[in-house]
Amino acid sequence: MPEKAAIRAEAARLRGAFEAAGALPVETSILQPAEVLLDLYGEDIRGRAYVTSDALRGEQMLRPDFTVPVVQMHMAHGAEPARYTYAGEVFRRQEDDPERANEYMQVGYEIFERRAPAASDAEVFTLFFELLAPLGLRAATGDIGILMAAVDGLKTSDRRKMALRRHIWRPRRFRALMDRFSGRAPVPDSRAALLASRDPMAGLAPLIGLRSEVEIAARITALREDAATPPISDNEVALIDAVLEVRETSNFALERLRDIAVDMPAILGAVDRLAARLDVLSARGIDIEALDFEASYGRTQMEYYDGFVFGFHAPSRPDLPPVASGGRYDALTRHLGQGREIPAVGGVIRPGLVVTLGGHS
Amino acid sequence: MSIKLGVPSKGRLMEKTFDWFKVRGVTLGRSGSDREYAGFVGGVENVELVLLSAGEIPRELAAGHIHLGVTGTDLVREKLGVWNSSVKELAPLGFGHADLVLAVPAAWVDVSTLDDLDAAAAAFRQVHGFRLRIATKYHRLVRDFLRDQGVADYQLVDSQGATEGTVKFETAEAIADITSTGDTLRANHLKMLEDGLVLKSQATLFGSSVVPLEGADRETMQELTRLLQVD
Repeated sequence: MPEKAAIRAEAARLRGAFEAAGALPVETSILQPAEVLLDLYGEDIRGRAYVTSDALRGEQMLRPDFTVPVVQMHMAHGAEPARYTYAGEVFRRQEDDPERANEYMQVGYEIFERRAPAASDAEVFTLFFELLAPLGLRAATGDIGILMAAVDGLKTSDRRKMALRRHIWRPRRFRALMDRFSGRAPVPDSRAALLASRDPMAGLAPLIGLRSEVEIAARITALREDAATPPISDNEVALIDAVLEVRETSNFALERLRDIAVDMPAILGAVDRLAARLDVLSARGIDIEALDFEASYGRTQMEYYDGFVFGFHAPSRPDLPPVASGGRYDALTRHLGQGREIPAVGGVIRPGLVVTLGGHS
Repeated sequence: MSIKLGVPSKGRLMEKTFDWFKVRGVTLGRSGSDREYAGFVGGVENVELVLLSAGEIPRELAAGHIHLGVTGTDLVREKLGVWNSSVKELAPLGFGHADLVLAVPAAWVDVSTLDDLDAAAAAFRQVHGFRLRIATKYHRLVRDFLRDQGVADYQLVDSQGATEGTVKFETAEAIADITSTGDTLRANHLKMLEDGLVLKSQATLFGSSVVPLEGADRETMQELTRLLQVD
């Protein structure tokens, strides 16, 4: 475990580099209102963040990341475009792995910018790439936007697409839904019996709780409609699988995705955005023939990334978490902005890991 | 020094634990009045009986305050992170069977599986503006289970007792609780989800992995595990 002083010095150095790149340094509170985070991440966040409370303010969380408070700060009174940097502790429960730190520093860089998203994506990535270059890390990249576009392009009901989109970040449930919507998974007996019943609401057990008879009836109608919807075709299932399996260096990944787009034109826009990003990365000196791309990268992270995603890992230390990670989170600003939105991309570096790996400070 | 054995301090769990040890030649009993939490051990030397609430036994084992303890697997997994690094399962005792299950109102004819619960939770949030509430005292077990299963848009609300009543009182829409026969669920107009079994639990003898055993204690432990036929 490196010395705190060394980690702080490294954090200051990184934040200095981000300031030199044009970012405004900002601070956020350590105690964050739990409601906002719970609303965003759901109950899972309780397994990852420390919750505390008092009688006046109710539940508070020890800052599990900076992104949410920085977005809120920007939405409340930020000028556009904006670049921010910050450095400070975040707190994460690690109940399944005593080796992982539950308190560590993060240094971040976030861009809020409407024009030229490809350029902003590339700016964040290149900045991180250059700062971390001495450590010999492996960069992984992906793009959640391509899978989202593929789901939106399926020839099926909007309700099914919504269900799939909702579970983009939960691969297991996403797979279960695909199996059901494509007719590969058998209909559970209880569901079949419900659908076969002429009046499933007859002889209802005493209705208790807030969920009303109207809501139950509405879901039965939805289930009947779904049962009457033709299955998602084998061809489309294969195309979604093909997208998820793309795992190549970026130049070949782009080629592969263009091939898939011939049969699935819905992803063309997202693939064009990837191409534009790779052009800017290339122009900024990144060798895209050596840059890994995985279409399913970032799917198991917290669910706010909805476009470009990246991470930097130490190949010699597979036991360590990523040294840096980040991505685009346009939907998060929409969610927190209550009607307003601004495209945003950013990432964080863990200075403690930089020091552990022998980085300079 | 002596080997400390933690046993639930009251009720059937205590009596059945005493029976289980007696069959194996170790007599356990409460000394003094019924109100006094002190006990005696016969049939083996240097073993001290510590009567504790079943819910406290996992932490006492993990802290190394007791060497052996009888409690439910549900409590060990709920209360200890990376539980198998601090305690080890020595023997299931064959009683205290209880399943931790997810249950919803029986009137929810459209909800039979976790898949249904997930879809109903999404719709519930749209209609009511908050996440569907599941009452439980087993927060960690339920949350980990639902995360693994990919269920979203729910929230856990704490209920330390009479959990089956929370739906009727509209402080929750569903529950996750221990049941052995399902009678209480039915009586409260609830039904278990088909794939909603979170954990099967029973009373189990656990050993602490964190207390070093030295000298006489090591011999006592060997003698005791030989008598109990556990290892």
